[in-house]
Amino acid sequence: MAEAAATAPALCLEGVTCTFPSPDGRGRTYTAVQNASFTVAAGEFVSIVGPTGSGKSTLLNVAAGLLRPSAGRALSFGQPVTGINPQAGYMFQAEALMPWKSALENVAAGLEFRGVPKREALDRAGPWLARVGLEGFGDRFPHQLSGGMRKRVALAQTLIVDPKIVLMDEPFSALDIQTRQMMENELLDLWAADRKSVVFITHDLEEAIAMSDRVLVLSAGPGSRLIGEYRITLDRPRDVAEIRMTPQFLALHKEIWGQLRDEVLKGYAQTKLR
Amino acid sequence: MRSHAKRLPSRPIILLLQVGVLVGFFLLWHVLTVTTNLLSPFFFGTPLAVLERTFKDFASGAIWYHLGITLLETALAFGIGTVAGIAFGFWFARAPLVSVVFDPYIKAVNALPRVVLAPIFALWLGLGIWSKVALGVTLVFFIVFFNVYQGVKEVSPVVLANARMLGANSRDLFRHVYLPSALSWVFSSLHTAVGFAMVGAVVGEYLGSSAGLGYRIHQAEGVFDTVGVFSGMLVLTIFVVAIDTVVTVVEKRLLHWRPQEAQTTH
Repeated sequence: MAEAAATAPALCLEGVTCTFPSPDGRGRTYTAVQNASFTVAAGEFVSIVGPTGSGKSTLLNVAAGLLRPSAGRALSFGQPVTGINPQAGYMFQAEALMPWKSALENVAAGLEFRGVPKREALDRAGPWLARVGLEGFGDRFPHQLSGGMRKRVALAQTLIVDPKIVLMDEPFSALDIQTRQMMENELLDLWAADRKSVVFITHDLEEAIAMSDRVLVLSAGPGSRLIGEYRITLDRPRDVAEIRMTPQFLALHKEIWGQLRDEVLKGYAQTKLR
Repeated sequence: MRSHAKRLPSRPIILLLQVGVLVGFFLLWHVLTVTTNLLSPFFFGTPLAVLERTFKDFASGAIWYHLGITLLETALAFGIGTVAGIAFGFWFARAPLVSVVFDPYIKAVNALPRVVLAPIFALWLGLGIWSKVALGVTLVFFIVFFNVYQGVKEVSPVVLANARMLGANSRDLFRHVYLPSALSWVFSSLHTAVGFAMVGAVVGEYLGSSAGLGYRIHQAEGVFDTVGVFSGMLVLTIFVVAIDTVVTVVEKRLLHWRPQEAQTTH
């Protein structure tokens, strides 16, 4: 079993289909993703791109164990995901910090939930705040921090419990472009330090290429499918701002965008119909 | 703090103006009743007599006993009502079937003017403090109940999912997510809850008792002692303002994580 876990991929989705009751509540159903299968190797950085409403978050929720698929299944290190996936850390798109806890307490929360005494948890949270560049901000409450700082706290909060696989749902989409590139670089540095598996959801193709080892493309919803897979062979370490200028990057971008553009247009037509 | 709104005068000046309003009110009262005799002092009292009576009551210590009784009733009503409200609020918010079934009855009971319960409570619990506490509890309970219910329901699903991903079990969720969220709602209704606890106590005393501020006012009324009635109201007002100040301090302490209005330097 232990050997199987060592060789098994960090994440494996097999034929995942998610069907929801239709929001208009007339008994019809809405299929967000259809028959999606992919694997993420240990230590691999994979991005999933797709147009708005293509069920990117749905896939991530299945991997996290927050959502049970209507069909198919998710495996994490060879173990079927039933209930919360204990190997996974999740960084949400929306604000997910507990507003009544200070930055330090928020970072320490995961350790506390795992039975670490409060004092020790706080002691260990301190260095993590420093690692995301927030030394001295420990006693601030989330509302006293800027959007970028809150994301840093969330990053430290996710990573402190040392998840084997990190799921990120457009974590930086709410940030301005400069802060965003800084955060992307910092994330890559942290990731390089101890290679966790990362599944990174984004609608920004440039971000996906700059960060990842592999980019997966989802078709427009409803019933999104995985329609493309691209290996990103750019050298590491990368600087997300500079790598965008290299011819290699531009070639990759052109290739993937050729496929993604049609889906984006389809997705846009869908939203207009709705 | 700077703002684009019209600039207000500094704090001491505002305080001075506030005191001015009070003095002006007493002066007007004095002029109407004593100087011009437009209003009969028998029906309206005179400010000097009211102040003198109030001062005497405090000096002789006669009022302290009654004040203590009312305070005790208020505290008990607030404590019991809050604990019960939190417990039931949580239960209803976490058990949808219970909340759906009891919903019309909760609304019906809450719509009932609670004053009509006072004679029933006096009948059941006697004229001592407990009939007043019971009346106060029926008022406080619903405020806290609805706030806790709302607080538990309004927990952000993302915060909840995040806590679960970080490994929180249901006990952790209660302690670290549901309870703080619910308590923030309870604290924000603290002023109302304390106020209602006091209304319960005073109204209960007024309708039948042998001690308390409400009893004092009722007694004075029974013998057409207008000065006594106004003096009782004055004491009650001072008492309410004092309690409200304490509540504000407590609230600031407990809700320090809440966003305040935009502020620059402290």
